[in-house]
Amino acid sequence: MRTLYQFNGGIHPPENKEQSTQRGITRAPLSSRLIIPFRQHAGEAAKPVVQAGDHVLKGQLIGMPCGLVSSAVHASTSGTITAIDMQPVAHPSGMPDLCATLIPDGKEEWLPHEAVDYRSSDSAELRQHLRMCGVVGLGGAVFPSDLKLRPLRGHPNKDIGTLILNGAECEPYITCDDMLMRERAAEIVQGAEMLRFMLDAGEVLIGIEDNKPQAITAMRQAVADSGLPFEVVVVPTIYPGGSAKQLIRMLTGLEVPSGKLPTEIGVQCFNVATVYSAYRALAHGEPLLSRIVTITGNVRLPQNLKVLLGTPVQDLVALGEALPDTNHYIMGGPMMGMELASTAVPLVKAGNCIIAASDKLFPPAPPALPCIRCSRCAQACPADLQPMDMFWFSQSREFDKAQQFSLFDCIECGACSYVCPSHIPLVQYFQFAKSEIRAREQDKQAADHARERHEFREYRIEREKQEKAGKLAAREQSIRQSQAAANSGIGPAIQPEIQAAIERARAQAASAEPRNTDNLTPQQRAEIAGVEARRERVRELAKSAVEHTNDHDKN
Amino acid sequence: MLSALLVMAGIAIVLGAVLGYSAIKFHVEGNPLVDKIDAILPQTQCGQCGYPGCRPYAAAIASGEADINLCPPGGEEGIHKLADLLGVEFKPFGGGTVLKPKAVAFIDENLCIGCTLCIQACPVDAIAGAAKQMHTIIASECTGCELCVSPCPVNCISMLPIVEKITTWKWKYPVYSLAPAK
Amino acid sequence: MPVSLSPTLSRKRARGQTYRCASFKLRNNMGAFFSPFISKPDTVSRIMFRVLLALIPGIVLYVWYFGPAILVSLTLASLTALGTEALMLKLRNRPVAPFLKDNSALVTGWLLALSIPPLAPWWLIVVGTAFSIAIAKHLYGGLGNNPFNPAMVGYAVLIISFPMQMTQWFSPRGLGAVELGYLEQLEYIFLGALPPNVTLDAITMASPLDTLKTRLHLDEPIKQIFAMPIYGRLAGQGSEMVSLGFLLGGLYLLAARIISWHVPVAYLATLFITAGIFHLADPSHYAVPLFHWFSGAAILGAFFILTDPVTSPTTYKGKLLYAAGAGLLTYLIRVFGSFPDGVAFATLLMNICVPLIVLYTQPRVFGKKGKRS
Repeated sequence: MRTLYQFNGGIHPPENKEQSTQRGITRAPLSSRLIIPFRQHAGEAAKPVVQAGDHVLKGQLIGMPCGLVSSAVHASTSGTITAIDMQPVAHPSGMPDLCATLIPDGKEEWLPHEAVDYRSSDSAELRQHLRMCGVVGLGGAVFPSDLKLRPLRGHPNKDIGTLILNGAECEPYITCDDMLMRERAAEIVQGAEMLRFMLDAGEVLIGIEDNKPQAITAMRQAVADSGLPFEVVVVPTIYPGGSAKQLIRMLTGLEVPSGKLPTEIGVQCFNVATVYSAYRALAHGEPLLSRIVTITGNVRLPQNLKVLLGTPVQDLVALGEALPDTNHYIMGGPMMGMELASTAVPLVKAGNCIIAASDKLFPPAPPALPCIRCSRCAQACPADLQPMDMFWFSQSREFDKAQQFSLFDCIECGACSYVCPSHIPLVQYFQFAKSEIRAREQDKQAADHARERHEFREYRIEREKQEKAGKLAAREQSIRQSQAAANSGIGPAIQPEIQAAIERARAQAASAEPRNTDNLTPQQRAEIAGVEARRERVRELAKSAVEHTNDHDKN
Repeated sequence: MLSALLVMAGIAIVLGAVLGYSAIKFHVEGNPLVDKIDAILPQTQCGQCGYPGCRPYAAAIASGEADINLCPPGGEEGIHKLADLLGVEFKPFGGGTVLKPKAVAFIDENLCIGCTLCIQACPVDAIAGAAKQMHTIIASECTGCELCVSPCPVNCISMLPIVEKITTWKWKYPVYSLAPAK
Repeated sequence: MPVSLSPTLSRKRARGQTYRCASFKLRNNMGAFFSPFISKPDTVSRIMFRVLLALIPGIVLYVWYFGPAILVSLTLASLTALGTEALMLKLRNRPVAPFLKDNSALVTGWLLALSIPPLAPWWLIVVGTAFSIAIAKHLYGGLGNNPFNPAMVGYAVLIISFPMQMTQWFSPRGLGAVELGYLEQLEYIFLGALPPNVTLDAITMASPLDTLKTRLHLDEPIKQIFAMPIYGRLAGQGSEMVSLGFLLGGLYLLAARIISWHVPVAYLATLFITAGIFHLADPSHYAVPLFHWFSGAAILGAFFILTDPVTSPTTYKGKLLYAAGAGLLTYLIRVFGSFPDGVAFATLLMNICVPLIVLYTQPRVFGKKGKRS
């Protein structure tokens, strides 16, 4: 029996999960238009490798990963790319992003793909394969999974690696992982074995909250059938028990050090949907083209759908049959989800749930009052922070003090806002403060860089000035030297050299003929001869004048 | 009476010696205050403060010549930081200061004649080019100081405000009202 | 920019139903709703209301033992508190309705009314409450921003400015030479007029703590002092039962999780231990610890005054230190200070220390070692 640990804080909001688990996962019908954003993952957006007008097959690469933290984007079905342009996407700013608009041809023609034998391939090859298959964290953070699969062993901090499968799904309303575990348990277990192999981990723990009894049974059965020594651990239902750091603490008792990754303590954590996608990518060669989405809330038919990426949310909402009093939609759960500016946005890899919300379902809260420092938020915080202090300083824009209260350790779970009796939107203040601090950091780095460049420029100008001055001084020196050398006061040793140089110069001048004297008419030749004669006379006069002067100097 | 005098004199001498020794032993080269002020200034090197660059302005503030509210690129936040550092009152910008959004210079290559006047003007060497060759702004280095705009004899340099993209978007300050609007 | 309230806003709340945080009132400046969309159905107003409810048992016993004059005090205090709050909010250009509805002014008024003699003239409670709300609360920024407990500031101001009126406590029922009828009490409070042939001395008595102090100064042994009828069973005829009533209220607050156990337990424990040490050292000059618990405003302080969230530390360790300090100071002021009851000044003194206490009792952050810097 495994000892379970606890983390401080946490809340128990009403779960509202039964509505969407009444029926199995159904496949959403093909939409008439798919909008596939090139940025569906953390890090840099993928670079488009197709153009408008191209015909693509299902699973064909349309976006190449760009940079270290990046992943690939694929065509979710076969059809024609009609445009690569800015389209509205699900982002809190409401700004559009570069997307490929794909009109399906209905044939669902697959690009030929094949399995990869994970046992005989090099770890780097497998990671590259997953990167090119677009496998990212489907728990919500959409971090490229290939970067999380570097081997754990050999890390100085621990001897055994633990792979944790996150089947907790702590947020209310969301049931996509639950249904996936019920229906695809065997594949998840196989995927886990592949990931365990890549990580060279010693043990695999599958954490599932106790409000999912069927999923627990299914996973236990799958583990038993596979004969693998995995352990399905039932964790108590508490929000946010599905947060990676908190789950790791519950299962292993270890805390991920602040600012570091779980690999520091020899643990790696993947969402079960990610593991499933990794399985499909390795065992079948299929890139990530679809995901399970829960449609719930103010809908007549709450359910889980298998949806192709890029499907407009309005199609999903229509499938769930949103009731007429729905006034806005949320992508994600009620605790951490984001309000959608419009339902024309496409479903992306991060979209695990669409909640149709109405005033009846989510009644409005009373107006926000000032903080009364009751510290209910600190009691609820799973990261042991002091939200009211962080809020105090974020509100007054004293970001240094806010950082002293470990602002960046906040996981933005929303438990503090949930319990606040003054109904203050705490998480928004923290998001604002974090973004301001990051922007200021960037400004500071830019300013330091500009200062360096300015200082180097000043140094360069100074250096040029000095060089010029040096050259000038050297030239003056040499002129003075040559002047003195022209006088006979110069020592006899130098005189013959100067004399030889003068002779050489004269010989060169005499031998150098003007180039335009070929093919001349006799008249021109006569003119030239006249000019030359005049020049000779002038030279004679000049020489005698110089000799005169020198004689005078001598005397 | 005499003993009191002697004691006080003795204390004064001892403390004076300690202070003198510390002044010599712990003497700091240069003026660290100027460095600290310079660290706060935005390094745009634009000269809007009236000084030829950020470091001269920092030196002027440190010596008490210049006021702290002369730097528009630093914004009100910069003034606050300077006020905190120096322990003086915050002073808002004067009447004539124009606060402009951050911008990056752009050279219209059709008009550029390759005269290098802008290159000589740029305080951070953010213009690439040479005599009689095409000039271009290195956008990542440009601080938006606008010192290149006036020297250009053909007026080919314009300032393009930096537009917020989805990657540079920041969360806004949450604003909520307690009262229902009338 | 201010945004409009939906005219169709429904005020009905089903029990246990969750609320979306952010509606038309909480749209941010992009016009969007934001997470979390659900929240616990708890408000400042409800918390404060429960505190008022918890005071009721004590008030009932008060009326039983000392007559209904306390109700007059409470009414005057409530009206003044709400009126002053409304005036100050208007002066500060803030919305009035949300703040009046949060009951925090009422709690301040009631606590002050319960700390001062009910027989005091009407202007005493009015001045005290007005001072607490206007100066100790709003001048610092209103709800949530005051460093000092407003009720205790009011009490301190009154006891220093009007010491005579503040020590004119009612005799408990059955002990006074004369008992005033209800109308006569009202007459005295509002008009300062006593019935013919009745002097103030006949209807008032020093409080048990006050009596103890003065008699100890006269070097009377404890046993003799406590034999006086004013002491009832233990801590003062009538007032001990009132304290018991407040204790019941305090236990309700603990059960309803409105307050945590740290402050009451630490306060009462420190008070008990300090009193116990002195009592054991010299039983004839120092009263038993239980006396200190049930006399004066100790129970009121432990459960209602020191637990004020705005002015007490936010960390658990901090609360323990804070309450322990207050307990020690209460005892010292009662025994060695010049005021009969030390709760108010102990609270105020510890309020000064709260920021420092909070700084040094920060809990360890998840993933970090040791104390936060």
